[in-house]
Amino acid sequence: MTFEVRAQRCRFDGPLALQSGASLASYELVYETYGELNDARSNAVLVCHALNASHHVAGLTSGTRDDIGWWDNMVGPGKPVDTDRLFVIGVNNPGSCFGSTGPMSINPATGRPYGPEFPVLTVEDWVRCQALLADRLGIERFAAVMGGSLGGMQALAWSYLYPERIGHCVAIATAARLTTQNIAFNEVARRAIVTDPAFHGGRFYDKGVVPVHGLAVARMIGHITYLSDDGMAERFGRLRKAEGYGFSYEAEFEVESYLRYQGEKFSSYFDANTYLLITRALDYFDPARHHGGDLARALASATCDFFIASFSTDWRFAPARSHEIVKALLTNQRPVTYAEIEAPHGHDAFLLDDPQYHALIRAYFERIVVSLS
Amino acid sequence: MTRALTVHPEDPVPAVSVLRPDLARIADWIGSGSNVLDLGCGDGALLAHLKSAKNCSGYGVEIDAAEVLACVRRGVDVVQRNIEDGLGMFSGGRFDVCVLSMAIQATHQTEQVLREMSRIARVGIVSFPNFGHWYHLWSIMRGRMPITRQMPYQWYNTPNLHLTTIRDFELLLSLLNLDIEERVFLDEGREVRSLVSKRATQAIYRFRRH
Repeated sequence: MTFEVRAQRCRFDGPLALQSGASLASYELVYETYGELNDARSNAVLVCHALNASHHVAGLTSGTRDDIGWWDNMVGPGKPVDTDRLFVIGVNNPGSCFGSTGPMSINPATGRPYGPEFPVLTVEDWVRCQALLADRLGIERFAAVMGGSLGGMQALAWSYLYPERIGHCVAIATAARLTTQNIAFNEVARRAIVTDPAFHGGRFYDKGVVPVHGLAVARMIGHITYLSDDGMAERFGRLRKAEGYGFSYEAEFEVESYLRYQGEKFSSYFDANTYLLITRALDYFDPARHHGGDLARALASATCDFFIASFSTDWRFAPARSHEIVKALLTNQRPVTYAEIEAPHGHDAFLLDDPQYHALIRAYFERIVVSLS
Repeated sequence: MTRALTVHPEDPVPAVSVLRPDLARIADWIGSGSNVLDLGCGDGALLAHLKSAKNCSGYGVEIDAAEVLACVRRGVDVVQRNIEDGLGMFSGGRFDVCVLSMAIQATHQTEQVLREMSRIARVGIVSFPNFGHWYHLWSIMRGRMPITRQMPYQWYNTPNLHLTTIRDFELLLSLLNLDIEERVFLDEGREVRSLVSKRATQAIYRFRRH
């Protein structure tokens, strides 16, 4: 049983100055809301999405049969982030491909899709857009800003960009900057896309084609890094579709079919230019960069409370990355709770329904709700 | 590990307002408004009490998932790590008090833990089970390793690595140039004033750098 939800759209005129120095003349943000904003306007929670998700956080998209939100197990009536008491907002970040202005949108200056002309956005650019949307919705201060992975980076950025506008930062399975290895994975994914002959330098929309092979390979690589070694072994092992070896290069092992299926599915709905943009935003995020590498100084302006969590088998955003964040917050004497959750599912665990994880989030939001009244 | 050592599985969960006797002693030694680090904080009872009764701030460090959840439910900030790794994360901290209650015997680098405690906080408070208690000696004389309410383990499955007597603990403090400010000895929660080295089941010390 879930509730139905309809996306809304908000138009912004006037240039948005970006970190790169470029600007967006005008743009639209697509968002969804769940629950009711209270009279004091104090119970709003912003949920930030990661690489391949959208504004559709929870519920069933009205008029569809199975378009369930990506964090529906976490957000909703009676869920750990309880929309009976909290007003939750999901926003599709600009540059993404689920309705907000992005590389697929028409560039008003040329009358054709932006494609490669769409400016590179950063995590901090996104957060500034989210703040502008909050202004429109009449929300001065979020009770909490929450996200996992790249979404967690946005929650962290909120804490130091808009300290007066956030009560709690809930950052899960994230990092204050990517490791070299993590950037390397992103680069392999990007190379798979840009070297696909159908990519046409990002102008594939004009040609009526999609670099499906590049996108599929990018997704396959990503997917491997979101799972744990043990998790994959347990799920697929060395299972094959046929009894003996086929002495071929077709998908004989179950894991091969699975990855191919995931890659194909992804390439049917995800935009190649968006994939480049979002992985670049991941690479660039590094708040300590302007503070001599000192994360504590980068987070010094933050005044909110923090909930940080990592998962034991997550090697793409390993617990050690969360330790760096927690250490910086402890140095700054910020209130922080850190949970290192035993879970076998790797990075994907942040989207799954682990009892300890959900009990912790429920308890933490209970504390937030109590502090509102 | 840690505080679970002193809580019998069948004990009822204490109400928030009722502190274990040794924790109540420790709380008495902590000034209002202190910034406290509680290593092996269990369900966060001490910190919750200090927060509500003495307006203290601070964090707990705890490895056990159920205890971490109990802390979050209580509104106590907790960092889920084992004590020794946790200390590294707090190296940039400036605490008034660092508490290590009934857990020092389970640490690996015990000297290092005491040194770190005295470095990141002005005052250290440590409680431990007194291995010199007469029952332990009697048990050993009968040829058996002691098993008690405070140390309910067999020799082959105990997490306790570094058990100590009262005198040995004081020797280590002086070796590390740590001055004893206060000490109290308890027998099942009641204070003991005579023959403490044999009668106390638990010892609590407050110390600071010389």
